[in-house]
Amino acid sequence: MSKLLEVKDLHLKIEDAEILKGMEFSLEKGEVFALIGPNGCGKSTLAYTLMGINNYHPQKGEMIYKGEKINELAINERAKKGITLAWQEPARYQGVTVREFLSLGLKSQGEEVTEEKLKEALNKVAINPAQYLNRFVDKSLSGGERKRIELASLIFMHPELIILDEPDSGVDIVALNNIAEMINYFKDSGSGILLITHSEEMLEYADRAALVCEGEIIRQGNPADISDYFKSFCFPCAKEEDCETEVAS
Amino acid sequence: MNDYQMMVDAYKEAGGDDVFADSEVAHLVLERDKILGMHAVEGLEVEADKISNDTVKVKVTIKEGYKIKNPVHMCFGVLPKEGRQKIEMKVEVQKDAQVEVRADCVFPNAVQVEHIMDAVINIAAGGSYIYKEHHFHGDNGGVEVIAKSDINVESYGKLVTKFDLLKGRVGKIDFDYEANIAEHGTVEMLARISGQQDDLVKIREAAHLKGESARGILDSKIALKDQAEAEIYNELTADAAEAMGHVDCTEIIKDQAIARAIPIVDVRHPEAKVTHEAAIGSVDSTQLQTLMARGLDEEEASEVIIQGLLND
Repeated sequence: MSKLLEVKDLHLKIEDAEILKGMEFSLEKGEVFALIGPNGCGKSTLAYTLMGINNYHPQKGEMIYKGEKINELAINERAKKGITLAWQEPARYQGVTVREFLSLGLKSQGEEVTEEKLKEALNKVAINPAQYLNRFVDKSLSGGERKRIELASLIFMHPELIILDEPDSGVDIVALNNIAEMINYFKDSGSGILLITHSEEMLEYADRAALVCEGEIIRQGNPADISDYFKSFCFPCAKEEDCETEVAS
Repeated sequence: MNDYQMMVDAYKEAGGDDVFADSEVAHLVLERDKILGMHAVEGLEVEADKISNDTVKVKVTIKEGYKIKNPVHMCFGVLPKEGRQKIEMKVEVQKDAQVEVRADCVFPNAVQVEHIMDAVINIAAGGSYIYKEHHFHGDNGGVEVIAKSDINVESYGKLVTKFDLLKGRVGKIDFDYEANIAEHGTVEMLARISGQQDDLVKIREAAHLKGESARGILDSKIALKDQAEAEIYNELTADAAEAMGHVDCTEIIKDQAIARAIPIVDVRHPEAKVTHEAAIGSVDSTQLQTLMARGLDEEEASEVIIQGLLND
């Protein structure tokens, strides 16, 4: 497998608070790499930084995508190169239908918008096209519906790198199964997936995993081992000395 | 080409449906003070008279119990660069009658045009009047629209007005709508306007829920850019038991645009309830960046969000 993304010594400070402290990892094509950690450890910040969201510009370090440094690229330039982000709380849009929202992904790829393509994408996320295509992507959708529609919209991007920020948060068991299927679908399509989560259950969909603590990766490896470690030492948080002892061992 | 054809063409160009040859569709076509076309259907009477230079008096009556199947199409406008059109409109929706009116106001070449609408609308008990007004003003910004409506909705009556001006320049708009609603009556006033350059939008919509269980919604969504300005004054009063209403004003501004929202909520009965929301600001950054993460540039993403808001 070839390197899709390399993150080297990434530092990010927002208003004097150092959020990312030398983050370092890599991701291969067709691989699901999970970053797990407690709330507030810097996972979502990393997602925004990789996507190039405003005010998330690293002061130090490199983000290298397919051999190209992308630190200075705008969000849409990164998107056009094949990077996309599914937000933890996807935005709602008044007056924009599911049909229009999905069509944006197709249009941005220069592809023809057809009813069949839209239906196929919604069917993949277990959303009934007849009931949803003309609904608005607004507050009337539940959290799970909105997340599944977000994933459906990604299909048309043909993304090479997908950043999934807490895809399991606020969704029911049906939506969760569906999200898992979509992770496998994208993986099988050759996309690399950065799966950001604070739930150890999600690690079973990952090929590799890393534990993030206070803006740093403190352990990488087999998802089962990372999950065990997370359960044992992060809830409640082990004292720094004990935790470091374990890391060292 | 005659004036009638030119008006119909301008109407179609502004997005209107080609309905004027359909004998089952009532219509009225006015260019300045010229009555170019008029057609009624069973249950609906239309009278139009030129009463002075530039002024036409129009009376529309929907007879008791009639439910007009197809929307009535009204096409008003001024075709030359300069001109004035004043319409004195009286609408009578009789008991249990129902009608939907689609009014298209076209001023495609306007440089100095004035369009004045003075309307009195009476909706009798159980009657329903849906009025959708769509404006097309061209790109010169030379239109001044002054619209005043006095509306009376009797018990179980229903009024819906929807105004939109989404393409071309606004110029100057000054609306003043006032509605009194009796028991179990409903009123819904929606405005969707996109302003640019030095456009000026002034809207005053007032609904008075005077009867028990009367309902009212005042909903304005305005997008402004360049140096455009808007002042939206929404007033909803409730004087009776179980009267309920909501005022919603959302304005998105860009560049040097200025927006003001003045919601007035006045409740004078302990069992009445009126709520209001007002939001003025730039395009939401999370919405914007989500679309940019789909490959849209900032301008394209803003346009999707603004058009969505205005289509809502």
